[in-house]
Amino acid sequence: MAKEIFDVIATTLWMALGIFAIFALYLAVSGLCYLVWRMISKGRTASGGYTSLKTVTFGDESAVLANRTASVAAVITLFVLWAIATGSSLLPFGLPAPFVGDTSFEYTAQNAAGDSAKAKVFVRVHHADDKGQKKQDVSGMASDGFAQNDSIILPERRSKIIKVQSNDTGGTEDGYRVTHVNGQPIVAEQLLELGDVDVFMTKKGSLSVRPVTGMTMEALYLPPPEKVWSRFVKLNKEGYLGVGLWENVFWSLIRVVVGFFLGCLFGIPLGFAMGLNSWLRGWFEPIVEFMRPVPPLALIPLIIIWFGIGEQGKISLLFLAALWIMTIAARSGVSGVNISKVHAAYSLGASKWQLLTKVILPNSLPEIFTGARVAMGVCWGTVVAAELVAAEKGAGKMIIAASKFQLTDIVIIGIIIIGIIGYGIDVLMRIAENRLVPWKGRG
Amino acid sequence: MSGFEINNISMTFALPNGGKVEALKNINLNIKEGELLSVLGPSGCGKTTLLNILAGFLAQTEGAMTLNGAPVEGPSSERGMVFQQGALFEWMTVAKNIGFGPKMKGTPQAEINAKVDELLSIVGLQDFGEKMIYELSGGMQQRVALARCLANDPDVILMDEPLGALDALTREKMQSLVLDIWKKTGKTIILITHSVEEALLLGERLLVMAPRPGRVHKEYALPFAELGVGADLREIKQHAEFAPTRDEILNMIWNMEDEIMGRTEDA
Repeated sequence: MAKEIFDVIATTLWMALGIFAIFALYLAVSGLCYLVWRMISKGRTASGGYTSLKTVTFGDESAVLANRTASVAAVITLFVLWAIATGSSLLPFGLPAPFVGDTSFEYTAQNAAGDSAKAKVFVRVHHADDKGQKKQDVSGMASDGFAQNDSIILPERRSKIIKVQSNDTGGTEDGYRVTHVNGQPIVAEQLLELGDVDVFMTKKGSLSVRPVTGMTMEALYLPPPEKVWSRFVKLNKEGYLGVGLWENVFWSLIRVVVGFFLGCLFGIPLGFAMGLNSWLRGWFEPIVEFMRPVPPLALIPLIIIWFGIGEQGKISLLFLAALWIMTIAARSGVSGVNISKVHAAYSLGASKWQLLTKVILPNSLPEIFTGARVAMGVCWGTVVAAELVAAEKGAGKMIIAASKFQLTDIVIIGIIIIGIIGYGIDVLMRIAENRLVPWKGRG
Repeated sequence: MSGFEINNISMTFALPNGGKVEALKNINLNIKEGELLSVLGPSGCGKTTLLNILAGFLAQTEGAMTLNGAPVEGPSSERGMVFQQGALFEWMTVAKNIGFGPKMKGTPQAEINAKVDELLSIVGLQDFGEKMIYELSGGMQQRVALARCLANDPDVILMDEPLGALDALTREKMQSLVLDIWKKTGKTIILITHSVEEALLLGERLLVMAPRPGRVHKEYALPFAELGVGADLREIKQHAEFAPTRDEILNMIWNMEDEIMGRTEDA
């Protein structure tokens, strides 16, 4: 236990260090871009608005407007860093790439009789996704003494053991061993760096060949941008596992919209009831207060047990995700009504129903909209998670299926689309809010 | 029987700690139809409680009220209310706010429109009917509040510090407007205020209330409201009786406040 905790702390410290390093790098780029921007924008006049005349901006949040140049530069920087780290072909420069191509090295072997002989190993390294390659044919080549030439083929970044003795005369006898590689002496568990490949001698005396890996990331972990883009184009055309890309996204969206709509349909009246009637408030409060902190994701197993993995389960889950948020939003909308508005409406002759529809409902719209934005965000996150667990279609389903086949590019496409759509939903909700509740914050 | 009769109203409520508060004790008032009554008193003297009881938002624990002979219970459109601030409906235009009362009663739209236009010109907001509430200044908003209350043609208008949140200049203009409206419409108006000058200017009759328990301490009959209709209120303040009455009431309230502070320190 104590050791585990210690491990966690150590890992955290290492992570903090790593995050700090990455962040410092990103910030340094930001600083450079800022200097460049300052030089370019020098001499250009500012917009001339009221805010531009403020001299105190450090501390006056309202005077701090987002610099859009910085936003664009930040996104571009992110892509450039991505391209650099993955050795993208889009960039004219980059980090050292892993070795790909043909190379060879020479080994010297000693047989049981104590004689030495030399032979070559022809190494062919191919790209990870280029599976049609064959290894070089060495059968017709002359060799020297009892050692015979060998050839090996392997994908970039992988290592492979080659048993050079297997075709050598007397290679299976006890006294046989490899003594030198490229003229350098080698013993068991020693690594020799030969430039294009590293050769390592295993405990048993076999040679393990590993081409140099360079400094870029492997596509399995992070594919370069152009690869993701071409996968995106292909997905657009063909879909993945028989389901179109946008069909997946569409299904996720439909679930969110239906679940959210159901949540509003029941949550808002429930919230109003709780805000208007002490019996109903007392009746529902324990349930609402209990369900509110339960993350919808924790309900997934139960929902699957109850409803299976079909649409009914998904929509029930999203309904539950939206329901409590909307209930609480509507309830606080009612409690947020200024009591003088209510008094005014009654003394102007309004009935209870008129008060509800003409005063309480419009007055709680700002709160309801805030709740709706939160609920939409939660629903979107929940649907993706639910699809990760089990679904036939959907953005989350696409990601999880692709991850099982190590198709990192599809996973990344999915994440980007999920992010963009989540952001789009929020923007739409904000636009709707500004249209429908123009008096918000100006009461 | 016309007028607003308030007979022996008391209000006592229990505190969570077991104590009791006598917010009002034995209030007796007979407000004639068309009377302009102002109520003044230190904080905590129960004037807002009294107004809420008159409006029907709170229940008295003892006593009864009749308006034009009929017993008063709960809120009703015959007792209109003008609040200090924040009682307008921000999601409606000025015209819709003013027309709210008639609309709730199911008055035909054409009639409502005519009424709204008339009231807009009375309160001096002819061109603002289609504006939203949040586009108006504080003074204009109170004009809307007045017009909205008048649209219902109530028998009594209850005003809870309607001008309390306005700046001094706007406040003076609004005081003239209240007097004008009182004269033009002949409504009974009960106005609660913190400002002694306002209470003097806007009260044919002035009640000074005292705290603990909330009760009527002194009553004045004043000529200033009648004089002030259509006149410059600054001239009214030069009236020979104005300054002495004001100082007398101010002293009275000062003493009450001192007494409250003293009691609090004792406790």
